[in-house]
This record gives sequence, structure tokens and C-alpha cells, in this order.
Amino acid sequence: MFQFSSEQFRVKVGLAEMLKGGVIMDVTNAEQAKIAEDAGASAVMALERVPADIRKEGGVARMASIAKIEEIMRTVTIPVMAKARIGHFMEARILEALGVDYIDESEVLTPADEEHHIDKNPFKVPFVCGARNLGEALRRIVEGAAMIRTKGEAGSGNIVEAVRHIRTIVKEMKQLTVLGKEELVHEAKNLQAPLELVEWVAEHGKLPVPNFSAGGIATPADAALMMQLGAEAVFVGSGIFKSADPPARAKAIVQAAKNYDNPEQLLEASRALGEAMPGLDIAKMPESELLQTRGW
Amino acid sequence: MKKVGVLALQGDFAAHGAALERAGAEVVYVRHPEQLADLDGLVIPGGESTTMLKLLGFEGWMNQLAAFGRRKPMFGTCAGAILMAREVKAPHQPSLGLMDIEVERNAYGRQSESRVAEIQPEREFQQRTAPGKLEAVFIRAPIIRKVSGGARVLARYDGDPVLVEQGPHLVATFHPELTADSRVHSLFLEKL
Repeated sequence: MFQFSSEQFRVKVGLAEMLKGGVIMDVTNAEQAKIAEDAGASAVMALERVPADIRKEGGVARMASIAKIEEIMRTVTIPVMAKARIGHFMEARILEALGVDYIDESEVLTPADEEHHIDKNPFKVPFVCGARNLGEALRRIVEGAAMIRTKGEAGSGNIVEAVRHIRTIVKEMKQLTVLGKEELVHEAKNLQAPLELVEWVAEHGKLPVPNFSAGGIATPADAALMMQLGAEAVFVGSGIFKSADPPARAKAIVQAAKNYDNPEQLLEASRALGEAMPGLDIAKMPESELLQTRGW
Repeated sequence: MKKVGVLALQGDFAAHGAALERAGAEVVYVRHPEQLADLDGLVIPGGESTTMLKLLGFEGWMNQLAAFGRRKPMFGTCAGAILMAREVKAPHQPSLGLMDIEVERNAYGRQSESRVAEIQPEREFQQRTAPGKLEAVFIRAPIIRKVSGGARVLARYDGDPVLVEQGPHLVATFHPELTADSRVHSLFLEKL
């Protein structure tokens, strides 16, 4: 079932395993990619504009330009990820042909399909997808995602949505572990996910792929909070390059992901960072401006 | 029971912890140099070698790790093998220099070249553990380009060394921690 044991799926999940405990940073050019690598990023995400700018400038957000991604791939030796629009399997095919190490089918870009996500199983390149709850996570895994990340609210500099999403997923997984077989059948219906996958989660109490966190992380404390809540690694989008001192903040967040259970070291990492990115109050944002509601 | 540390800076340290427990060891996740004091051996997991190097550099305990390796057995997979090598290429980067091997990073290429391969280990490996092929998971793997000094090859893939032993130390360019076969971890525990 679900090709969990297939060679291709194991190799896809394998790279996600290697990224655990690390920080994946959004970068828009070679210079930023170098700063990220020098700070100890475990991978970079190549994109045209960071989410905070996408939010501000509006318009259609697409896959980054090939020249930009290639420039970043030439600059660093760590894995390079790139984003494709939800449902845009041809952007994904182009990124695969380019040889990126991971594709993020991302709600941060403007969706290309309002009903379907990409069928990710036939691809050789692994995919990461966002999720706000267990049902979304399991549907993405069935489609072939080899890594899940909480969506949070990208470009907001506000951790509240990422916290809501990881807490929801962790709680929903815990609840499954105490249910009987007939209750799991009912839950599979509620989650809109296949029973076999729901049963797998009920038995193991975790997702069958690594579970990372994204969307709103702006400080070392935010990164440590997400790791405490069960994230196995973090993505930082606008939080680094929209801050006053990106190299210092990038390094501090890398240290925070490693030292998430050590307040003294977190204190050291939190010193002398300059201003964090400006944050947005999500409660005051109109529904139409939320990125997290994209994806089905 | 042997007490084995797994360097938990970044990477698949949890998979190594589980594999070591299956092979019968007590596991400690090492995030601070003081934790090295009472260990019988240490595993450096897979992950990003640059990330691990940066963290060791920021916190200033590269030398303590090298000193540990001069006293006690160490086992590195993938990024761990890169950290334990004498010489690292593509690009050059600092390393612990515990094994007389020269390693080229990401030598197969990007993730599209990652693979699961069946390899036939040397007879010596099979005699010391159990007979049979090894399933080798390669993820953006390095290639060991040169083996010299006292380093000995225990398995090859496509002609290149992928499992190498030198005195108390062991390195693999693949990930035995991502399979159910615990022979490579057992071999390391035998050395403690």
C-alpha cells in the first residue's frame, strides 16, 4: 500500500530524514544562499520573492525563474528546494528536469488548480506539502508527499498559525491511537483519508513521513517552540532576510533548532540580533488574504 | 550494555539511535561536549556535513570531538564519514582526520541520483557478522576516492569503497540506519 516500502519512496523520505533537526531557509539569490549555507542551513528554498513580499506586491506568484534557481544551485553544496504552484504538475516536471533536490507544492504561490494537487507518486524528485490538520497531511501523503510541513501563515512573522497547525496535527494523531477499529473507519471518513493510512498513524502515533514546521517563524524562540511542539525541523521564509541582520539571525535560528531544549543556549542565540521582521496580526486579516486556506 | 553516543546536532540521529538500540546498545543523544565523557563510542549520523561543521565551529568543540576519536571508536555514515575523513573534496572542508580516506562530497550528483542498491560485502564482513548481501541506501552520497594507511575496505559499490574500517573506527557512505539489517551497527558495537 502507498508504496511506503518502494525503493523510490524510501529514497525520497531518506533525504527528509537527513534534514531533521535543521533549518531550511528561503533565499531569492546566490548571495542570500551563501549567507544561509554559511549560517549552517541544512537546505535552501529557491524562490523569486519571499512570502512577505508576495503578500505585499500581490499578483500571480509562480515558480521562480530557472536562471535564479540555477544560480542558487551553483552557489551552495547543500540541497536546493524550489516551489511549484498547487496542482501545477508541469512546473514540477520542469523543476524535476532541472534537478532540484525537493519540490515544495506550496500555498505561498498562487494555486494553479482549485481542486487537485499534483499526483506526486510518479515523480522521481521528492515533494514536501503544507498541512493545517491531519486530514490534509494524510491526503498529501497518499498523493506522494515524502515530507509534511505545517502551513502556518507564510510571510506574517506571526507564529500563532504554525502553533495551531502543529498542535492540531499532533492532537489528532494522539486521538487516533486510542480508538478501536470501527472508530478508525469513522475517522477515516472524517479525515477524508484512506483507512489503511489512518490505521498506520493509529498504530505508530506519528506520520509515516517526517513532519516539519513552516509559516511565521521569525526568532530563535519561535524555532525552539516549534521543535518543542513536535516539529522535526523548521522552514524559515521571510523571517531571516526581512530582519535587520540576516547573517546573525540565520545563525541564531540554526543554533536554536539544535538547542531547542536548552534555555541558556537559546538565551545566547537570542542576543544581539537586531530587529526581527515586522509581524502581522492574523486576527485582523481578511480571510481572502490568508495563504493557509489554499490547498484542498 | 555499551553506552553509545549519537551526535545529535542535525540529521538522522534518531534513526541511528533506534538501530543501535535494536543492536543492543544504550543510546545517548550528544548535543554538548560534556556528554562525551562517559561514552564507549560515538556515531556521527547522516545529515548535512556543512551544518554539523558550522554548529561545531560556533560552539567550539571540533577539537574535543577529534580528541574523543583518538581515544574511543567512532562510526560515521554519509555526512559522518565526511567528517571523519582525512581529506574532503568538492569543496575542501575541515574534518576530524580520523580515517585515512579521501572523500568527495555529493559525488553521485543531486537527489535524483540517490538510490537503494544491493551490495555484496567482502567475505570478511560476512564472517564477522552474518552472511548475505547488504541493502545500501545512498542519499546524495559522497564517494571515497582514496583509501590509504591502515584503512581497509569491507564493502564496495560499483567498484568504490562504501564501508571502510580503520582500527577502532568505521565509516559507511550509505545509511545502514535506514534499513532493518543491523549487521553494520552490530559490527561497530563489537569494536567497543
